[in-house]
This record gives sequence, C-alpha cells and structure tokens, in this order.
Amino acid sequence: MSERNDPEHAEQHIVGPKVYGTVFGILLLLTATTTGVAFIDMGVYNAVVALAIACIKAALVVLFFMHIHYSSRLLKMTVGAGLFTFIVLILLTMSDYISRAWGMW
Amino acid sequence: MDSQTIATAPEEQLPGGVGRHEHPSFLRHHFETVGQQREAASFGMWVFLLTEVMFFGGMFCAYLIFRNWYHPAFVAGSNTLDITLGTTNTAVLICSSFTMAMAVFSAEMRRKGALMLFLVLTIFLGLVFLGIKGVEWHQKYVDHHIPGMGFSIQEFVHPTNPKAVALAPDMAEKTQIYFSLYFLMTGMHALHMVIGVSLLFFLLWRASRGAYTEGHIMPIENFGLYWHFVDIIWIFLFPLLYLISRYQ
Repeated sequence: MSERNDPEHAEQHIVGPKVYGTVFGILLLLTATTTGVAFIDMGVYNAVVALAIACIKAALVVLFFMHIHYSSRLLKMTVGAGLFTFIVLILLTMSDYISRAWGMW
Repeated sequence: MDSQTIATAPEEQLPGGVGRHEHPSFLRHHFETVGQQREAASFGMWVFLLTEVMFFGGMFCAYLIFRNWYHPAFVAGSNTLDITLGTTNTAVLICSSFTMAMAVFSAEMRRKGALMLFLVLTIFLGLVFLGIKGVEWHQKYVDHHIPGMGFSIQEFVHPTNPKAVALAPDMAEKTQIYFSLYFLMTGMHALHMVIGVSLLFFLLWRASRGAYTEGHIMPIENFGLYWHFVDIIWIFLFPLLYLISRYQ
C-alpha cells in the first residue's frame, strides 16, 4: 500500500492531563465569576456578560475537551458550518418576531 | 495501488480458507487506515451533535422570544430558582466533563484501571447532578410552581421577597410559560443525562472486559463528545434560567 500523507489518515493527537486540568480550572473560575457578576446591577449588560462568559466556556469545551483545536480541517469546518446555520436560523426567527408589529407601537 | 485495486484484488487464501488479515481487528474493511476510520467516526458523531444543537436551539429560541414578551413574569419566575443549587450543579457537571476527558486520555494511554476509575467518577457526578436537579424540581412541586398542576400565582401577586415587584394577575399567570420552558429545557437536558449515564454503565462493563484499551477507543471518544455536548447545553441553560434576571 502506498504511503498516506493526507490528513484523513493522520495519527490522532493525544491531549494530556495538563491541558484538561488547565481548561477545567478556567471553567470553574468562569462559573464562579458568572454567578458573582449576576449580583452586580449592570442593567442590560448582566445578560450580555452572562452570555459572553457562557460562550467562552462553551468554546473552551469544544476546542479542548472535544479536541477541535487539534482536529482536521474537515471537523473544524463541520463545527463551523453547524454554528453558522444555527446563527442564521436564530437571526431569521428573531428578525421576524421583531418586525411583526413594526410601526404599531 | 489505489483503493479500487485493493478492494477487488482476490484475497490471498491461507490453509483452511481463512482470509489473511494484516490489520488491527477493529479496523473495518471499508477503511484503509485506523486514522481514516477515526476521522469518519468523529465526523459522524459531530453531524449527530449538530442535529442536537438544532433540537435544543428551537427551545432556546422559544425562551428568547417569550422572555421578551413577558419579561416581568420571566424575571419573577427566575428569582424563585435556587442559585446555590444551580451553581453547584454547574460545577458538578464541569467536573464530570473533566473526568470524562481524563477517561478518554486513559483509554488512549491503554490504562484499563484508570479508564474504569474515571468512568465510575463520571457516572457518580452525573447521578449527583440528577439528584440535585430532582431536589430543585421537588421544591417547585412543593411551591405549586408546576404549570397546570394546581399552579399558584400567590408568590408573584403578593411576593414575600422584599426586592420583588408585585405583578398584576394576568402577568403573574405568564410565569407558567417561564416554568413550562424551565421544565421542558431542564427536563430534556436531564433526559440526555439519563441516557448518558445508562451508556456509561454499558461502557464501564465493556471496559472491565478489556475493550477500549487495546487501541480501539472510538466508542469512548464519541461518548465523550456526547457528554461534553450535554455539558455545553447546561452552560447556556444556567445563565438563561438562573442568572440574567436576578434582583439586585
């Protein structure tokens, strides 16, 4: 059999306890932060900050616990395509609901 | 030699008519290399997870729209949740994600004992999460905050919390929408946890018989992806249901 160099046949990158431990620590820290921040009055920014922290946590889980940081381009693009489609669906639904009663208030 | 030639070449016969196998026993014949098999399995798992994103996405979208329509009711409903239990549960779930990640690492290192230990820890933390969730649900039952089941708007019309704003009865009724979404979303999440823990028992049983520590770790790795995905759903449920509407 010929030598295989293309990425789909590549050896799997093994992620070690050091990376997992660091990400784990950051996730716990962010959880404490988001709960603490919820008790500070920032108006609409409470929701913005809470969701921003949630997005950072989710990104850390996807990139390191779920190995996407070390994965092939195919997998990176699969995740990206899913995220993109999800955002498009949410934006379309939201723009519909926001514009339902346009000019009627 | 390309793959077509490999596929159609007559298999060399050994005495006894058994085909010759010069590859790991877990490598399926329609894959050329173990790497390709892993990539295909990961890809398939991710496509499944994307359908799950869409499934939960619909509920998140409904939550977002109703929260905008009945904002005072959602604020009042959200403040009846126990933030201490919610934060504890978030930490428990993150710990279980860490132990699951370590289980994948142990399988990769071919350490059977460590793999089983981390699977047991993940099961334990998963059950702790479900237990705490059960305590929270029971509190809602005690408070008559389960929609439809003798739902009481008393707490929202005449709040006992001095920081709370009293709602008019029609808006107070809308807290039922908040609790419907609360039970739907946490319920669907808990169902995923129950399925996950059941699968973990199966994986633990297989691992105890030596599976997954001889190079074929795909079932462990794909289950890890599922478990982390369920963790991510909670990472978003937690701020939306518990945090963003706190009274200051």
